[in-house]
Amino acid sequence: MRLDQRQFNLLAGTALIAVATHLMRLPPWLAVSLVLIAPWRMWSRQRTGKAISVWLRVPLVIALVAVIIVTYGNIFGREPGTALACGLLMLKLLESEKIRDARAALGFAAFVMMSALLFTQTMGFTLLVCLSLVALLAALNALQPAPLARRHPLLGNLRSGLLLLGFGLPLAIAAFLFVPRLSSPLWGSPDTFADARTGLNDRMTPGSMTELLVDDTPALRVHFDGEVPANSARYFRALVLWDFDGSSWTREGWRPQLDLETVEAGSAETRYEITLEPTNRPWLVALDVPLAPPENARMTYDRTLYARNRIDQLRQYQLRSVLGYRLDESIDPRDRARALRLPDGFNPKSLALARQWRAEGRDDNRVIQAAMELFNASFTYTLSAPMLGRDSVDDFLFDTRAGYCEHYSSAFVVLMRAAGIPARVVTGYQGGWWNALGNYLLVRQSDAHAWAEVWLQGRGWVRMDPTAAINPARIEAGETATSGGQDSYSGSWLRQIRNRLDLVNHLWTRTIVQFNALRQKSLLQPLGIGAAEQRDLLLALAVLVASILLAATIWVMRSVRSKDGDALDAAWRTLRQRLARRGLTDRADEGPVDYLKRIRASWAADPALPALEQLVRRYVDLRYSRGAADVADVQAFARSIREIRAPRALDRNPRRAT
Amino acid sequence: MNAAGAPAASLRMRVLAMAERRLPALTRLRDREPLPIHLHRRRIYVLPSMFGIVFAILLAVMQLGALNFANNPALLLTCLLAAAAWMSLFAGFRTLADLQLEAISSTPCHVGEMAQVSFRFAVSARARPSLRMRCGGIDHPFAIAAGSAATVNMALASERRGWLRPGRLRLWTDQPLGLFVIWSWLNPDISILVFPAAESPVPPFPLNAQGQSERSSSGDGDEFSGLREYRSGDPQRRIAWKASARHESLLVRESERLFDDDLHFEHATLGGLDSEARIRRLTAWILAAEAARRSYTLELPDQRLGPGLGDLHRHACLRALALMPDAT
Repeated sequence: MRLDQRQFNLLAGTALIAVATHLMRLPPWLAVSLVLIAPWRMWSRQRTGKAISVWLRVPLVIALVAVIIVTYGNIFGREPGTALACGLLMLKLLESEKIRDARAALGFAAFVMMSALLFTQTMGFTLLVCLSLVALLAALNALQPAPLARRHPLLGNLRSGLLLLGFGLPLAIAAFLFVPRLSSPLWGSPDTFADARTGLNDRMTPGSMTELLVDDTPALRVHFDGEVPANSARYFRALVLWDFDGSSWTREGWRPQLDLETVEAGSAETRYEITLEPTNRPWLVALDVPLAPPENARMTYDRTLYARNRIDQLRQYQLRSVLGYRLDESIDPRDRARALRLPDGFNPKSLALARQWRAEGRDDNRVIQAAMELFNASFTYTLSAPMLGRDSVDDFLFDTRAGYCEHYSSAFVVLMRAAGIPARVVTGYQGGWWNALGNYLLVRQSDAHAWAEVWLQGRGWVRMDPTAAINPARIEAGETATSGGQDSYSGSWLRQIRNRLDLVNHLWTRTIVQFNALRQKSLLQPLGIGAAEQRDLLLALAVLVASILLAATIWVMRSVRSKDGDALDAAWRTLRQRLARRGLTDRADEGPVDYLKRIRASWAADPALPALEQLVRRYVDLRYSRGAADVADVQAFARSIREIRAPRALDRNPRRAT
Repeated sequence: MNAAGAPAASLRMRVLAMAERRLPALTRLRDREPLPIHLHRRRIYVLPSMFGIVFAILLAVMQLGALNFANNPALLLTCLLAAAAWMSLFAGFRTLADLQLEAISSTPCHVGEMAQVSFRFAVSARARPSLRMRCGGIDHPFAIAAGSAATVNMALASERRGWLRPGRLRLWTDQPLGLFVIWSWLNPDISILVFPAAESPVPPFPLNAQGQSERSSSGDGDEFSGLREYRSGDPQRRIAWKASARHESLLVRESERLFDDDLHFEHATLGGLDSEARIRRLTAWILAAEAARRSYTLELPDQRLGPGLGDLHRHACLRALALMPDAT
């Protein structure tokens, strides 16, 4: 059967909605051309009433594949694959003329909608995609012949789609909860899905974090067991950067080193759980300083955590840390040499300054103090730091004197090394926003921070945050990297709202996105099954689905027969009931003509009489003078019965006619 | 061998008997049933359509993909779509369940004409869109609005004289998404009478027993027999004006022709024609005689009808012709 115009438009609209879920990721010109296919096809169909010629369709498909290979270099993989799917869906419109084609296209549209969720899993987006199912179901429904007569057939289709989704909700939730999750993927590994994401890098060049520091997206969320550490103690360390080449700080790859620095705890352990947003990098973030690596991760000698795979999806892990600590007093001579190494021929003035401090006879602590005082005296905190030249530390210390954490930590470590104190740069996050409602700490990318660690005789590695030494009066932009945020946020109500909204997103992430095999195992705990096996889950799924379907079946099977006649009878009954309430007894054995006689007798002088008479005559006409009354007429009749003005009430004890 | 076969056969009979009790529709496939036919849930069948099977495979692929990538939002979407698809089964079932075929009316027709049949479905409490009635390989879509009845008209080709039986009707729907086909078989006990085709052009009337040829059809020989209501086509001179003035409607003098004026159509005398050709000629004569308003007698090998004139007589004659046994 050929599609009529309405069916085709709904099909094209649904295809557009499906493609729209991908639009943001497609190259703009490809997105525009895909979207334009729909109006072109609609216009051409209206004009010629035929499918686009195969001589045009085949070249278009070839062109699509070519364009995708040129753009992505491949047609396999997540990005090019979905772009191809979007293109094929739109090109399918070109040949869709029959119900069969439309159904195939709509099935494919469902697939395209789902693939959009491979990229973005936020709550808002997921809800939008789920809602777009309504359009899909409506388009399928519109393919049915002989729909009910309605003023707006589209509304009927949408209503039917919405109802199906609504009634399907319990079943969907049961299936979602109990379909056993795979503990390891069956094929491929999602890490082929490499996206360039912002986040901490393992190379730090002063000035490189600017983008990160204005990025408000969440980086991690932390749930604490017990007391929440004070803001000033919330240093989340990610990477330790040892090596400086004059412009950038880097670290060598993972070095298998057995002698982990020992930790002497100076305070109670803090237990917490971190939910880390995907970064596509292997390292994990931990509160300074973690005691042991979480599952599927390992810890290096400098207490950096590496996951076994790259973090390409949300990752949750439990950790223990001590906030007050004392690291190993001894240092490996190789590490010590590394922590003192400076590139030759860079930053002569800085080196001279540090050596001068030493020459003045200061010990390690006094040198550190001198550096801190230097920063405090005349340095400015700003995100728009001026460009630095080849001798970046010299330029910063003696010329620009403005910058942010990267500049300060870099300059501080160079000064320390020049003064003979082993030092290294540590990057991570500092601060965060405490969400009291959700009971978790939200750390954004803009909380990224870099600080320094120096090795002191008898104390081991000690954390030093030169950025914190800057005179607060000189902070130009109220940026979070200095103080850790909570206070500097207060000015911006927008941020307040966004922070609060984060709770919703976080709940979504924890309950839906992060629902994994592990969580699923504890699902049956209320039933006394501690760790549910796959078998238990399947059983629970079967029982739940079966009972839902059984309930639905019973509900559907109950016999519904129309006992009270059709709509016209119902309207007529309404009238008789209304008049009965006004005192005119309703007699089952009486036809409408006799009934009319009684009405005339009862309300002889009533102003409502003419309208009543007319209604009864209309009923007789509708009921008896034709085969089947027109639906619209019956509806109008029912409406006028509802609207009619009731006559005055008769006596409670009407006199009997003699 | 035989001894072993007997219990098996009786078991099969028992199973069939039980099926007959439990699933009336299985036997209704053969037996005609009287109206009204109520579509009880036991006689409604459901299977996934081809599209439904393909859709299920698609859902399975989507589900597997979502599970493989441990992508819960995608899994949620798939679950929602699958649940909606399941629910469409119930919606479709409700569309068909408790439907009631109330009446069937048809008008007789001649061979070669289309027999008009209309099926009237009883008032339904709920709306039932997108129903389809399949008869003779053609689907007739229709919808029933809530609180109203519906009539499905269809034209059936009539190829042979005699009883035309529409046979089994398939009432089905794949409402609302096209994923499940829900159907029931109806075998209403109806037959439509198909009159024989008339020979064309109309041959001249035969000579009657007295050897007289047909005579002009004036009213001279008429004998007044009564009054009846005016029908369009009655000659004006037959209107009983005086009697009409006393009543509210026009009355016409009904006349009965004299016996010797009676046309006599005899099956046996048409020796030169084969059986079907005779029937066609007799049919043509009957229609011509009715048009000329001349009384006629039909004589068939086993019965004699008439003399008479008018709808009833014509119907009786045509019916007798229609139901004549085939010459073999």
